[in-house]
Amino acid sequence: MASAAATPRYEGKHHLAHHFDTRRQQFDSHKLAMWLFLVTEVLMFGGLFCAYAIYRASHPEIFLFAHTLLDKNLGAVNTIVLLFSSFTMAWAVRAAMLGERRRLSALLAITLLCGFGFLGIKAFEYNHKWQHGFLWGQQFAYAELPDYLAGHGADAATAPDSAADAHAAAVMAELDHAAAVTVAHGHDPALIPRNVHIFFGIYFVMTGLHGIHVLAGMIVIGWLLRRSLRGDFGTRNYTAVDLGGLYWHLVDLIWIFLFPLLYLIH
Amino acid sequence: MNTGAATIADRSNGAAGRPHGENYLNCASGWRSWLFTLDHKRIGVMYLAAILFSFFLGGIFALLVRTELISPGHTIMDADSYNRAFTLHGAIMTFLFIIPGIPAALGNFVLPLLLGAKDVALPRLNLASFHIYAIGAVMAVAAILLGGVDTGWTFYTPYSTTTSGQVVMVTLAVFVLGFSSIFTGINFIVTIHKMRPAGMGWFRMPLMLWALYATAIIQVLATPVLAITVLLLVAERVLGIGVFDPALGGDPVLFQHFFWFYSHPAVYIMILPAMGVISELISTHSRKTIFGYRAIAYSSIAIAVFSFLVWGHHMFVSGQSPLATVIFSALTFSVSIPSAVKVFNWLATMYKGAIKLETPMVYALSFIFLFGIGGLTGLFLATLATDVHLHDSYFVVAHFHYTMMGGVVIAFLAGIFHWWPKMFGRLFSQKWGNIGAVLVFAGFNLTFFSQFVMGSKGMPRRYYSYPPEFEIYHQLSTYGSYLLAVGLFVAAGVLLHSLLAGRRAPANPWGGATLEWQAASPPSHHNFDGPVILTDPYDYSGLVWDAETQGFVRTAHEEVVR
Repeated sequence: MASAAATPRYEGKHHLAHHFDTRRQQFDSHKLAMWLFLVTEVLMFGGLFCAYAIYRASHPEIFLFAHTLLDKNLGAVNTIVLLFSSFTMAWAVRAAMLGERRRLSALLAITLLCGFGFLGIKAFEYNHKWQHGFLWGQQFAYAELPDYLAGHGADAATAPDSAADAHAAAVMAELDHAAAVTVAHGHDPALIPRNVHIFFGIYFVMTGLHGIHVLAGMIVIGWLLRRSLRGDFGTRNYTAVDLGGLYWHLVDLIWIFLFPLLYLIH
Repeated sequence: MNTGAATIADRSNGAAGRPHGENYLNCASGWRSWLFTLDHKRIGVMYLAAILFSFFLGGIFALLVRTELISPGHTIMDADSYNRAFTLHGAIMTFLFIIPGIPAALGNFVLPLLLGAKDVALPRLNLASFHIYAIGAVMAVAAILLGGVDTGWTFYTPYSTTTSGQVVMVTLAVFVLGFSSIFTGINFIVTIHKMRPAGMGWFRMPLMLWALYATAIIQVLATPVLAITVLLLVAERVLGIGVFDPALGGDPVLFQHFFWFYSHPAVYIMILPAMGVISELISTHSRKTIFGYRAIAYSSIAIAVFSFLVWGHHMFVSGQSPLATVIFSALTFSVSIPSAVKVFNWLATMYKGAIKLETPMVYALSFIFLFGIGGLTGLFLATLATDVHLHDSYFVVAHFHYTMMGGVVIAFLAGIFHWWPKMFGRLFSQKWGNIGAVLVFAGFNLTFFSQFVMGSKGMPRRYYSYPPEFEIYHQLSTYGSYLLAVGLFVAAGVLLHSLLAGRRAPANPWGGATLEWQAASPPSHHNFDGPVILTDPYDYSGLVWDAETQGFVRTAHEEVVR
């Protein structure tokens, strides 16, 4: 952080590119481009949300059952972490506009740390799924599932939500799902529908792609932090912070949709 | 400044404010000055070279396919090689040639000039778009060298997830190329919104800009869906996630929906800029104000909107619900309305115009003829009952080649010939240019009209062999493709000859009223040397032939910007 004390580079860094007439035109152009890029991101995830909607509509029992294998608490913590990071990012943009360089650097650093926190928790969750074989397609370890359910049935904290279970049973009965397998290892007659792996295929693609976006956002914030420490930003030159912030908010926003859709199903 | 004419005469001599003869082509040298340039004109020229190379590569595969089909059974290659040849023909032509073709090559060059601007709004993003295109092209070529793919360019599951070959490499190349397309689209939207000169309202823009704007909207809104589709396909193939695999409870038809949600709008990414080129050319070479300016402008936007609502017409026999097919059929019919609006307006523009059969105009006329056939046969395919008979037959192949090749490629050639003097400062031989155009027209019709006939008689597409009654049509089609290739080589020869031995081009060889003709030929690094005179893009009344410069000069002007 000591380098912040070095000669600020800000004065030379707010030039106007030769093809623009005014600084305003330049700023507006860059901002519009960023918004358009965010539109493409929304549409890219839109494809996945579509796939989610189609499979959830045609196989509600898979989603009702499989979501109980996710850890709601960790998902909620991650939601709070990302929301908080969005707050610090928004504040960072404000600090950049006001020319508060120390505060800008500190807020960017906190935002970056939140990114690490999110990915750390996500890695912990992935590891858990990996250990128990809750994976996509043919990788899904159906053989281990009854043992897992039996082992966790007694543990009230992580037991499948009984209300959701009852609801799942009702849905299954309604669909008269002949293929539904009732597996009882001398315990709760847990309903294990066919093709649970479809949920996990969608789960891993959606959260994985989102994770890649978090990583990309962290690289951007790291770059902004480096420039901020170097003294690049000031009241007349904060475009990069503003645009980086927009991207980070989108990454946050996508998670806000992913969390209830994947973890909180009724 | 004193008079417009004097200013323009100064400018065309290249004397105003810069060393004599200096332009964007020779203002800097060395490969770095090209590969890392931020100049939209150089990026456009690099795109043009790369895209023409892709066209050549795709054309080689086309000729291989046609040669194989000249007789039933084995002619020059086995069935597996044939499958790979038609797949690579389709994939290269679609993703490496036609989609970037007009926007990235011609659009990049002319868009800032049409606006009287110095560059696109985001020059770095523009360069990134080209670099990403180059990476995607290298991946595609690497996939070909490593064995190619045999899925058809549509990569339908479950075949694409089970067949051997370089499916992952090719689909990742498509993913990468998509980013290139998105970046071009973002750049064009921002440039048109933010870089228009004072006084150029939306309805004073040249129609090429409306077309590029509508194209950019589709590029930005549709391409991301292709990106996620090919990512899911790669995940399906590498990890086996099961989303498209019926054996794992997935739905292969979902892939078709995803694929066509992009790939149908993509055909409008191809045709809309082509229509923009034709709107400029018909008016300029008829020396008559465009007829129905607003109708043409709005129809571009209407086509862009409709393009997102008709993807299901590729899937009439896929088992989608009968209600959906009826809706998709009706929406497909409605696309023909804005398309026809354009054609009728072009015809009305030519009516009583002073039509000069310069090479760009000859291509533009052949565009109207061929696109007319391509568009009308689309209605046969939008009709549910006839589509069941014609689906996956050579009729479909002929239909989309009439729109894609007879439409887009012909317009692309028209645009190249039209802006060639501006791009390289050289005039080409009109006579040989026209001979090439006529050969292309004749060869094209021989190749693809015979395919309409055999398709309606029941010849399925993509088949390696066929019963003897189809042989005559296949032979006609193959000979036509050779003639087409000869025509294209003549066109290429004319352009190359002009670079080596062509006369120097004046600033305004065709009498165009759009702003790019106010820049020198070729333009200087910063495009315009003096103030840009903003005029009605389709008002030819002030332009007169000047024998001294062998070009058109403006005698009157309305207002001055910059």
